[in-house]
Amino acid sequence: MASSQPRVSDLAWDADRAAAIIAAHAGTEGPLLPALHALQAAFGHIPAEAVPALAHAFNLSRADVHGVVSFYHDFRDHPAGRHVLRLCRAEACQAMGGDGLAARARARLGVGWGETTADGALTLEPVFCLGLCACGPSAMLDGALHGRLDAAALDALLDEVAP
Amino acid sequence: MTLRLFIPRDAGALALGAEAVAARLAAALRQHGVAHEIVRTGSRGLYWLEPMVEVATPAGRVAYGPVAPVAAESVLEAILADAGPHPLRLGAPDAIPFLKRQTRLSFARCGEIDPLSLADYQAAGGYLGLTRALAMAGPAAIETVIESGLRGRGGAGFPTGIKWRTAAQAAGARKFIVCNADEGDSGTFADRMIMEGDPFLLIEGMTIAGLAVGAGKGYIYIRSEYPHAIATMNAAILLARAEGLLGGDVLGSGRGFELEVRVGAGAYVCGEETALLDSIEGKRGQVRAKPPLPAITGLFGCPTVINNVLTLVAVPWIFSHGATAYREFGMGRSRGTMPIQLAGNIRHGGLYEAAFGVSLGTLVEDIGGGTASGRPVRAVQVGGPLGAYFPPALFDTPFDYEAFAARDGLIGHGGIVVFDDSVDMARQARFALEFCSVESCGKCTPCRIGSTRGVEVLDRVLAGENVAANLALIEDLCQTLKFGSLCALGGFTPYPVMSALTHFREDFVPHRPLAAE
Ligand SMILES: Cc1cc2nc3c(=O)[nH]c(=O)nc-3n(C[C@H](O)[C@H](O)[C@H](O)COP(=O)(O)O)c2cc1C
Ligand code: SF4
Ligand code: FES
Repeated sequence: MASSQPRVSDLAWDADRAAAIIAAHAGTEGPLLPALHALQAAFGHIPAEAVPALAHAFNLSRADVHGVVSFYHDFRDHPAGRHVLRLCRAEACQAMGGDGLAARARARLGVGWGETTADGALTLEPVFCLGLCACGPSAMLDGALHGRLDAAALDALLDEVAP
Repeated sequence: MTLRLFIPRDAGALALGAEAVAARLAAALRQHGVAHEIVRTGSRGLYWLEPMVEVATPAGRVAYGPVAPVAAESVLEAILADAGPHPLRLGAPDAIPFLKRQTRLSFARCGEIDPLSLADYQAAGGYLGLTRALAMAGPAAIETVIESGLRGRGGAGFPTGIKWRTAAQAAGARKFIVCNADEGDSGTFADRMIMEGDPFLLIEGMTIAGLAVGAGKGYIYIRSEYPHAIATMNAAILLARAEGLLGGDVLGSGRGFELEVRVGAGAYVCGEETALLDSIEGKRGQVRAKPPLPAITGLFGCPTVINNVLTLVAVPWIFSHGATAYREFGMGRSRGTMPIQLAGNIRHGGLYEAAFGVSLGTLVEDIGGGTASGRPVRAVQVGGPLGAYFPPALFDTPFDYEAFAARDGLIGHGGIVVFDDSVDMARQARFALEFCSVESCGKCTPCRIGSTRGVEVLDRVLAGENVAANLALIEDLCQTLKFGSLCALGGFTPYPVMSALTHFREDFVPHRPLAAE
C-alpha cells in the first residue's frame, strides 16, 4: 500500500522546526543539499521563508540559495497533492509504450506534467529513469515502485489514489 | 530443519511485487507450521524472471520465477514437496543459460547473499582484496590498478590507475574519493543493483582507493531516484563502521577511512564529474572547465578521485585475484569485464556481465532473445541518452570502447536499449534534443539555446516545411554542439540525433505534430 505525502496540517511553515532542521546540518561540509532534502521531507516543499534562514545559517546570499533551489528538479516551491505519481519518460520505458501510458494518465487526470488534480489528490511528475529499465514501463507512486505497467495496471493505481 | 527461502528486495523485484510475494509466503509458511527463514537478497538480474524465489536444498539452490503474488501459495506447495515440479520451476539458478554464460567478477555475489550480512560477504571472499591491498605500499597498489588495465566504467573510459596516481602525487592536506552513483542514463541499472545487492563490495573498493591514494574520506553521490540503494548503502556503512572496516583504524591497520552518502536532487548533468562536485559542495550543478583536473583540484579544492560505481566495484577482485588475471579478460584496450545492461523492448532484459568483445548482435538477439513484443528489432541505443542508435546492420560491432567510437557510437555506462519496428526515430531524435535543452547546465550557448532551436527546426521538418534545408540546419547545429560544448551533454547529443538521421532517414518525413507533450 502506498504511503501518502506529509499531511497538509504538517506542511505549514514553522520557523522553529525549520531552524532545528537547518541547525542539524551546520556541522556538515557542503550542507545545503542535505538541508534542502530534510526541509522538503518535513514541509513537502521548500517554503519561501526557508531561503533567508538557509542563507543566514550557511553564510550564503539569498540569491545563491534561490539559485540552487530552482536548479534542481526535485525541489518544489509549493506542496504537491496528497499523492505523487512519477511516470518514467526515458528511452527504455518509451520502447515499451511509456508515451502511451503517459498520455493516458494525463487524459484521465486532466493535468499536465508537474500539475496537481483540482481536488488536490494527485500530482503527476515526469521522471527520467528509475533504474527499472529491464521491466518498464515503470513508475513510482509515493515511494512505491511499479514495473511492467500497462493500461490496466495504470488504471488500477489511479483508482487507488485518484478515483 | 529450517526451510531457507531467498527473495530479492532489489528495487526491480519490488516493482514487480516481491514484497507481496514474501508476505504471502511467510503467511502460508506460518499456517503450515513450517520453521523457516526468508533471506532478502539483491537481484541476480534476470528481470524477466523476477520476482524470483529460491530455496536452499541439499543439492544447492532451486529457483522459481517469475512468481506473481497470486502464484506464491502454489509455488510454496512445490517447494514443500522437496523443491518439486511447478510450471515456474527454473532449476538451479546457475544453470540458467543467461547466468551460466556470464563472467561474473563484480556481480559474483549479487542476488545470492544477504546484502547486509558482513559474514556472508566475507565468507564469499569479501575483504580479501583490501587485506592484500593493505599489505602493499600505496604506490604498489596503484601500480596494480594500472597493470589491470581497468578503465572508468562511467562513460569516458579513462585509465583508473592513472587517475589514482595523479591524485596520490598531488599536494594536499586532505584528499577525497568520490563515487559517482548518479546513474542517470536510461537503460542502466548496474550501479543500483550492486549498491542494493552487494554494498560492502563498493565500500571495500572505495576503501582500497582511499588507502592507495591517501584519502581519508569518501563520498557516495547517489541519485534521489534510488531510495532503496540509498537506504542499503547507509545501513552497510553503519555495519562496516561497527566492525572496524571503516573509521579511524581500518582492519587494525592504523590507517583511517570514512564514508558518507550524499543524495542528488534530480539533475542529469550532476553525473558529470565536476558538476557533481559542485553539487556536493551545495551549489548548482554546473560543469567546471578543465584544467584543473579534479584529481588535482577537486572537492572543496582538494585532490579528488572520482570514479563510477562499476569502476570501484571491479577493484576488490583485481586485488584478490591479481591484475594479470583481470587483464586476461577483454579485447584490445578494453580489459576485464563489463556489467552490460539489456533494457527496453527486450525479451530477456537484465544484467549481463561479460568480458569485453561480445558482439552487439549476440547481446541483443542471442542473449537478450530479441524483442519482448516479438516484433523485429529496428534500433538499439547504446550508452544512454547521449549514445548513438544502431540499426541491426551494425550488430557485428564488438562491445569495446574503440570499436563503438569507430562507428560513431559509445558504450557509455553499458546500457543497451532495444526498440522494435514500431519506433519512430524522428521522435527519438527530437527527444534527445529536448532532453539536452531541459538538462543543460546553462554554461554553453549551443547546449542551452541550440538544443531548443533544434527541437523547433525538427518540428518544421516534421511539418513538411523546407525539409532538405531544415535537415541541413540540424546537421549544422550538431556540428556546433559537438565542437562548442564544454561537456558531453552538449557535445554528445549529436550522437543520437545524427545516428537517427544517418541510419533511419526515412523517418524524417512529414508527421502529425509531436509537440503535444
Ligand atoms: C552529462 C554527463 C552525465 C554523466 N553521468 C554520469 C553518471 O551518471 N555516472 C558516472 O559514473 N559518470 C557519469 N558521467 C561521466 C563522469 O563525468 C566521469 O567521467 C566519471 O564519473 C568518471 O568515473 P570513471 O573514470 O570511473 O568512469 C557523466 C558525464 C556527463 C558529461
Ligand atoms: S555542454 Fe551543456 S551541460 Fe555541458 S557544460 Fe555546456 S551547457 Fe553545461
Ligand atoms: S528508462 Fe524508465 S526506468 Fe529506466
